[in-house]
Amino acid sequence: MNRIKEAFKNDKKALISFIMGGDPDIETTEKLIFALAEAGVDLFEIGIPFSDPAADGIVIQQASVRALEKGCTADDLLNMVKRLREKITAPIVFLTYANSIFAYGKERFMERCADCGIDGVIVPDIPYEEKAELAEVCHKYNIAQIALVAPTSKERTEMIAKEAQGFLYCVSTLGVTGVRDEIRTNMAEIIQRVRSVSDVPCAVGFGISTPEQARDMASVSDGAIVGTAIVKIVGEYGRDCAEPVRQYVSRIREEMDTL
Amino acid sequence: MTSGKFGEYGGQYVAETVMNSLKELERAYLHYTSEPAFKAELRDLLNDYAGRPSRLYYAEKMTRDLGGAKIYLKREDLNHTGSHKINNVLGQALLAKKMGKTRVIAETGAGQHGVASATAAALMGLECEVFMGKEDTERQALNVFRMELLGAKVHPVTSGTMTLKDAVNETLREWASRLDDTHYIVGSVVGPHPFPVMVRNFQKVISEEIKEQVLALENRLPDAVIACVGGGSNAIGAFYDFIGDKEVRLIGCEAAGHGVDTPKNAATIANGTVGILHGMKSYFCQDVYGQIAPVYSISAGLDYPGIGPEHAHLLDIHRAEYVPITDDEAVDAFNYLSRTEGIIPAVESAHAVAYARKLAGTMSKDKIIVINLSGRGDKDVAAIARYMGVKIHE
Repeated sequence: MNRIKEAFKNDKKALISFIMGGDPDIETTEKLIFALAEAGVDLFEIGIPFSDPAADGIVIQQASVRALEKGCTADDLLNMVKRLREKITAPIVFLTYANSIFAYGKERFMERCADCGIDGVIVPDIPYEEKAELAEVCHKYNIAQIALVAPTSKERTEMIAKEAQGFLYCVSTLGVTGVRDEIRTNMAEIIQRVRSVSDVPCAVGFGISTPEQARDMASVSDGAIVGTAIVKIVGEYGRDCAEPVRQYVSRIREEMDTL
Repeated sequence: MTSGKFGEYGGQYVAETVMNSLKELERAYLHYTSEPAFKAELRDLLNDYAGRPSRLYYAEKMTRDLGGAKIYLKREDLNHTGSHKINNVLGQALLAKKMGKTRVIAETGAGQHGVASATAAALMGLECEVFMGKEDTERQALNVFRMELLGAKVHPVTSGTMTLKDAVNETLREWASRLDDTHYIVGSVVGPHPFPVMVRNFQKVISEEIKEQVLALENRLPDAVIACVGGGSNAIGAFYDFIGDKEVRLIGCEAAGHGVDTPKNAATIANGTVGILHGMKSYFCQDVYGQIAPVYSISAGLDYPGIGPEHAHLLDIHRAEYVPITDDEAVDAFNYLSRTEGIIPAVESAHAVAYARKLAGTMSKDKIIVINLSGRGDKDVAAIARYMGVKIHE
């Protein structure tokens, strides 16, 4: 969890990347992490592919399908993270649906996460009301249970922010993951609500696809999360995606660093 | 109705984006269903528009043929739109309207819930969009056209296995992107709280009527109530008022497809384990990593890898039992009821008829079985012909 704190400590805004684990295969995912690190990513989100990703748009759904077709499992990704940990010092979190953790066994899953060097979990289908499902095991193994707030959270925002760990994932648009032409939500207002009760770092995600959007979102928060736009490049280039992803993410880094 | 849990099952495992809408729905549901005016309006719709109360029919020939327990059929198939689905849909559509929603969306498997939703939307002047697995739109092409006739837009879902579970995923995605003016009419006792409670309460009229009708005819309670189970809305509707009557056996029939030992089935209780999907904790067909299994049944309405959380709880506390019925057994029962009683059942409901055929002969003649005939079989005629290798097109 301390690694997450480190990622948000420096003067620059945090750049957070999401990729689907095992898309198109584990070897490429490993290469991608190094490419992303080189491009200046501060925190890595790795998705565990799931058969029924109800919170994801078509791009990430298809990435799940590609990873599952290659037989990617939670164990493969845990082992991969353990290997990465020999060289990568930035925080790594899993983005996973509740059932992947539940089927694995909550306790066994968190124990292995801790052993392999995972710093946190983002579980989109575990809202505040169900967080007790994982709270105890996350605490026991020092894994941050990262919460989300949405434009529809309104008065729930403070309640969620008060108990937030690691960082707060601020969802910028309604609907599912995916790129948007423009982001109309007043993120500054949401982050103001968070700030009134907590000093937890806030990162904005959902819909960010251009360096300018990343810069704008980071300017009102502590960082920007880029997912679908990267996964799209992976889908396009397959096993040769590392270099185009590095170039794309480097441009986002440069733009964010103008802040 | 606060925790939304049935034992350890149920809950609200959904994205934060929809949480406030679920809270709003729960508040509205509690508010309106306690209002005499709402209750009266819904009762009038159920009676005058949908044709309730549905009949309890003594299946004399079937009883004689099986030579055991007396068999009654609860005729939900005679409801407007042809199944029990209308009970829930009228309740939710009326609620949506009171909440100021102008648009409803729904998932559908066999198409019965989609047709019911499109019907209620037409009646109440709501916009309606239905999400249906592409495979199901082909299996149930007639119902797709029926929905379109009623003014609904049907979206074929091409993700995943292209069946009911994927239609649910897609409807959840659609709802999360447009919450302000849209209500999601969940079609079964599944999904996040308050849906399993709300849908059950809109369906429990089935068991309340059965109880009253059996008492009037026989002056006693039935010995067994049998219903088919996919998500489980007709079953919970038929069971609910009997849960406190321990002497009444409650039997749910799940779809065993080619058999529970084959890869092609949808028998959640026989083969499933506890998991989290579609907003709820319950039993699901899944692998060791929690990937939801591609399930199969001849019946699109039972082709679902999970079961409502209240059924999971009734199983755990040994109040209800769940038995698998194969495609072959269901098709046999489909033919049997058609020829014996002149009633063509939905292939879903035929699963319940199939189990009654096994059970009746083992019970004495003074016993009573009620089969919930949840829907009529018109929609299945083409599929059954295909299954039996009969060509009906020129």
